[in-house]
Amino acid sequence: MSDAALAQRPGGPRLRGRALPWAPALTLAVMLGPVAAGLAGTVGPAFGWMPALGGHTLTFEVMRGLFDWPGLTRAALLSVGVGFAATALSLAAVALIVAGWRGTRAFGAMERALSPLLSVPHAAAAFGLAFLIAPSGWVARALSPWATGWERPPDLLTAQDPAGVALTLGLVAKEIPFLLLMTLAALAQARSAQGATTARALGYGRVTGWLKAVFPQVYRQIRLPVYAVLAYSMSVVDVAMILGPSTPPPLSVQVVRWMGDPDLALRFRAAAGALLQLALVLAALGVWRLGEIAVGRLGRRWAEGGGRGAPAVETALRLAGLAAGLLAALAVFAGLAGLAVWSVAGFWTFPDALPDALTLRTWERHGPRLGALLAETALIGAAATVLAMLLTVACLEAEHRHGLRPAQRALWLLYLPLIAPQVAFLTGFQTLALVVGLDGGRAAVIVAHLVFVLPYVFLSLADPWRAWDGRFDVAARALGAGPDRVLWAVRLPMLLRPLLTAGAVGFAVSVGQYLPTLLVGGGRVQTVTTEAVALASGGDRRLIGVHALAQAAAALVPFLAAVLLPRLIWRDRKALRHG
Amino acid sequence: MIRMISAGLALLASAAAAQSPDPADWDAVLAEARGQTVYWHAWGGSAAVNDYIAWAGAQVAERHGVTVEHVKLADTAEAVSRVIAEKAAGRDEGGAVDLIWINGENFAAMKQQGLLFGPWVEQAPNWAFVDVEGKPAVTADFTVPTDGLEAPWGMAQLIFYHDAARAPAPPRSMPALLDWAAANPGRFAFPQPPDFLGSTFLKQALHELTPEPDVLLAPPEQTDYAAATAPLWDFLDALTPDLWRSGRAWPPNGARLIQLMADGEIDLALSFNPNEPSNAIARFELPETVRAYVLDGGTIGNASFVAIPYNASARAGAMALADFLMSPEAQARKQNPEIWGNGTVLAMDRLPPADRAAFEALPLGVAALTPEELGESLPEPHPGWMVRLEEDWTARYGLAP
Repeated sequence: MSDAALAQRPGGPRLRGRALPWAPALTLAVMLGPVAAGLAGTVGPAFGWMPALGGHTLTFEVMRGLFDWPGLTRAALLSVGVGFAATALSLAAVALIVAGWRGTRAFGAMERALSPLLSVPHAAAAFGLAFLIAPSGWVARALSPWATGWERPPDLLTAQDPAGVALTLGLVAKEIPFLLLMTLAALAQARSAQGATTARALGYGRVTGWLKAVFPQVYRQIRLPVYAVLAYSMSVVDVAMILGPSTPPPLSVQVVRWMGDPDLALRFRAAAGALLQLALVLAALGVWRLGEIAVGRLGRRWAEGGGRGAPAVETALRLAGLAAGLLAALAVFAGLAGLAVWSVAGFWTFPDALPDALTLRTWERHGPRLGALLAETALIGAAATVLAMLLTVACLEAEHRHGLRPAQRALWLLYLPLIAPQVAFLTGFQTLALVVGLDGGRAAVIVAHLVFVLPYVFLSLADPWRAWDGRFDVAARALGAGPDRVLWAVRLPMLLRPLLTAGAVGFAVSVGQYLPTLLVGGGRVQTVTTEAVALASGGDRRLIGVHALAQAAAALVPFLAAVLLPRLIWRDRKALRHG
Repeated sequence: MIRMISAGLALLASAAAAQSPDPADWDAVLAEARGQTVYWHAWGGSAAVNDYIAWAGAQVAERHGVTVEHVKLADTAEAVSRVIAEKAAGRDEGGAVDLIWINGENFAAMKQQGLLFGPWVEQAPNWAFVDVEGKPAVTADFTVPTDGLEAPWGMAQLIFYHDAARAPAPPRSMPALLDWAAANPGRFAFPQPPDFLGSTFLKQALHELTPEPDVLLAPPEQTDYAAATAPLWDFLDALTPDLWRSGRAWPPNGARLIQLMADGEIDLALSFNPNEPSNAIARFELPETVRAYVLDGGTIGNASFVAIPYNASARAGAMALADFLMSPEAQARKQNPEIWGNGTVLAMDRLPPADRAAFEALPLGVAALTPEELGESLPEPHPGWMVRLEEDWTARYGLAP
């Protein structure tokens, strides 16, 4: 029985109090099926088991075939290298931005510039970036031929470089806004202003003081989002296809290639590759954790050393943070602007900085369909996000009131959809949906999205929720409020910003889902993303521009709400805006 | 509750499928088709193609009362995945995919796994107009017999296109291509195999360079594979350093070639749709100076098809739609370069005079080729060659540091 059903009966709150302990179990029950099925659908074929394709025996042959594939080592190294580099760089950039500029006017500007970037779909940002940096791209066009002397684009390798540098930088540009938003949501609970002020008063430089006094508290709260960035950067497919190398590609892309190969026997190898990818991600998370401990030790020694930060280093670090933030914002914005210009472009070739002619043809042709697609996208995204937030808050509140650590510990299972490669994971998931008859409609798609939205909502909200100062609870209870009243009147309002942020992130994740929508919806449910990805396969930048802008617009509203609403609602509560 | 509803639906679906349409009684097929909704899973990457599919859907709705929903895919494999998942879940009736745009390896795989419904194609009324003798590709898809499991709806042939303003004298044979690339390094590209266009380039080069092209029609195991392919690898060893980005990065597909040509990065490219350059010019995607041509010895051609999965829900509706797609009216519209420009599968001498006149009245795109210019297409090699070539190419050039 659900919470809602109980609440309708007399004495609801009391009963709800009793139902709450079951929230983690309920969440697990809802999610475990899809996750287990997804995992089984990956593990089975990896060892030769897939009766639908004639695999009836368990064997190591599939794994052997995978390890015999000559590109495997390089593909795996690329995944790992890009993952670590993108995560470390974006985390460092965010730390420097917040450390060096928080409380300044430049920081406000950067925050406003970076937050909306989160709503830009990864693939759209990558397309935009690819157009910026290509030898025939916007930057080269703007400088040619007057500065470069190029009448023709030079044959230079920029995007798709074999080492994955372009891919890494593209990911960094997209992950900085995500981590920054997570950090800002976390700051409120870290009493950071106090720590920073004290450090300044003791003569520490702005950056050094913040890194020593505030960062350790903040990092504890954004650890899960950082893990998500690591897992995502290692297993990303769409961005890697656009900006990444292809000889060989990162393992995740190779898995998708095998999955899409007309030779159905390669689907077994795809599953084996997916399993290896999963193992790599888990191993990388372990290594990162060890790194945390090591950096923590070193950091403690550094903090205890009492160095106040040399002014020259301070300035350099602040400038580096500013440059990273500006570059990330500029790259994504200029890329998006490039796509916007393409969406109204007539013929446009090198070295013209702007198209020959502007035309609304593409918008006129595809605009009318966009309304219905956007409505469907919004409906599914809102439903999946609200469900995910209800489950998450119920779980966290149950943990808070009842100290349900054991059940809580099992909740790491929720993160599996996030670290398992989606394309292989979906095979088993889809089979389960078919077996229970939940497929081919909007409801099925909402459940499918929930599986991928919930982990993000959970990891966005969990740490700020847990970091909430329990003394508010004690104070409110002492004033006579019951646990429900504390939740509704004190905790949720105080956590408004993290809640809205989690909702915005969840909504954006839902908007971005392509394969779950297509496969679980059986083609019955069309969103702006299914349309965008299908059209993008034709490579026409005009169509890509139209749909990328539509996708970004769909995800933008919740992000604006997450940034603006707390300011509006708490305009007279400075400490609640973001601590 | 959901389970009960779904069980009920499953019962209904299996009851409907028990009277699976008999293609020999086409009137009964059309009667059953009325009121059905056909979910047609088809690549959705081209606005021109999407518009044509929408038009065909409207026609079939008007004539036969069949509603067509175009499920736009980025890749045909996604529809294949769906059918496999349904088979894995035991959903042998009431599947989500009613019709797939398919050919080549995907067809061979689905046929081999028993994932297709049929045979039904040769009972369709418009099959009578199909050019079975003149276009062997309509019954042998990459040499695999179609056995009435897929209906042909378009012809494709490999063509090259060049920007006449920048490359006035393009190469018309593989050896000439090698010289041209050496003189214009970085200005030619083909998509990375196993993309089908990239693989087709390999097959085309192999056809021209191998000592005895006839061996390509049989599986590669039946011949001396190494001897047959040695000239191809020599050719590619020489060509690759002069390719776009010296072969260190590769365009993923044919669509990217158009973009690279428009950006001025390359001057010579290839396509599997003879009319694609004209279409792209009309959409401002290519400069007006682009022209298409075929190699002197002819180029590889094949047909593309539509097929019905074994567990499709609306088989009758899918058959009615497929038959319409083979009709002279639909084929003439498809061949119109202002609409799509995809070659017809029909035999002109089998058509009634009025329909033939409709084809003769079609305009020709600015960069398009007449049937005479296209010439006889070369047959696709046995699919086994493609698999081997893709593997060996990847080992040699696809993992280059």
